[in-house]
Amino acid sequence: MREVLEKKVLSENDRLAAELRQRYREEGILCVNIISSPGSGKTALLERTLASFHQGDSLAVLTGDLQTDNDARRLARYGFPVRQIVTGGTCHLDARMVTRHLDEMGFRGPGILFVENVGNLVCPSSYDLGEAAKIVLLSVTEGEDKPLKYPGIFHRASLMLLTKTDLLPHVEFNPQLALENARKIHPEIEFIAVSSRTREGFPEWLNWLNGLQKKVQAEAAATVS
Amino acid sequence: MHEVGIAASILESVEGEARRRPGERFEAVGVRIGELSNVDKDALEFAFEALTRNTPLAGLRLEVEWRPRRQRCLDCGKEFAVRELNLQCPVCGTDKTSCIGGTELDIAYLEVEEPCVKC
Repeated sequence: MREVLEKKVLSENDRLAAELRQRYREEGILCVNIISSPGSGKTALLERTLASFHQGDSLAVLTGDLQTDNDARRLARYGFPVRQIVTGGTCHLDARMVTRHLDEMGFRGPGILFVENVGNLVCPSSYDLGEAAKIVLLSVTEGEDKPLKYPGIFHRASLMLLTKTDLLPHVEFNPQLALENARKIHPEIEFIAVSSRTREGFPEWLNWLNGLQKKVQAEAAATVS
Repeated sequence: MHEVGIAASILESVEGEARRRPGERFEAVGVRIGELSNVDKDALEFAFEALTRNTPLAGLRLEVEWRPRRQRCLDCGKEFAVRELNLQCPVCGTDKTSCIGGTELDIAYLEVEEPCVKC
């Protein structure tokens, strides 16, 4: 006898993510969920990004890793609240971890919350963290076909950042081909090429963030009124 | 490798149902998995078996329905399964199509043992 259930496998995570999303909307927090393979430059991107803001700007970072607080220590130097989420082996962040650490950190909006996910192109894509956008990084030392090999995350990401572009003269990597592959999976994905060493592309990246933040804050204002 | 977590989430739901329906025995749980869900069927089946072994749910079958990516044409409305990453509408040839399926990660049903008609 078949009994229809029809629920999401990750319904508990989805419920907590919906609570986070509501909280972000009420407080005017732009949350971005940054996802890539290990070593694609998430932390370097965040370091350079934090350095581009002014002290007193409202920013916070949650950074996930299986072990060590190395990333939090790197990121804390910029004067903004940073918390390490040590997952102890779990290969992704989930909404419960984010909720707990956000509460403990005491970050209040309006502002930007950067969530640096565990380095992994597979599992983090399944777990909604209430973010306004997922951002996927692909570095020029990887293969142009990564979007085809890991379609789930490229399908869900709003923005693809091609990182380490300062290395392009030294590697055989075709940025156009990488973008074409990403758009085979997700035709509307936005694309910015950046170097966290030279700051190439940073004006565009910061502009993208700013545009999304304005949108989120306009939604927050609409919710209040 | 998050299939263990996915299997655990499925089993949490099944256990919740078991508490709601005392005395009933479940034979199978049916899930729908889309090709964009990043879940590997074999790894999920392995994790499911490992997590149910020597528990009250031992022997529960996992029935996986695999779902391809599907798109809908924004011009003519045709809905189609995507083959070899080709998102073009097979009817009118436009690239303007949007994703309508393939991200599923759903628990669809439970197979509940039929009560014996004699008792």
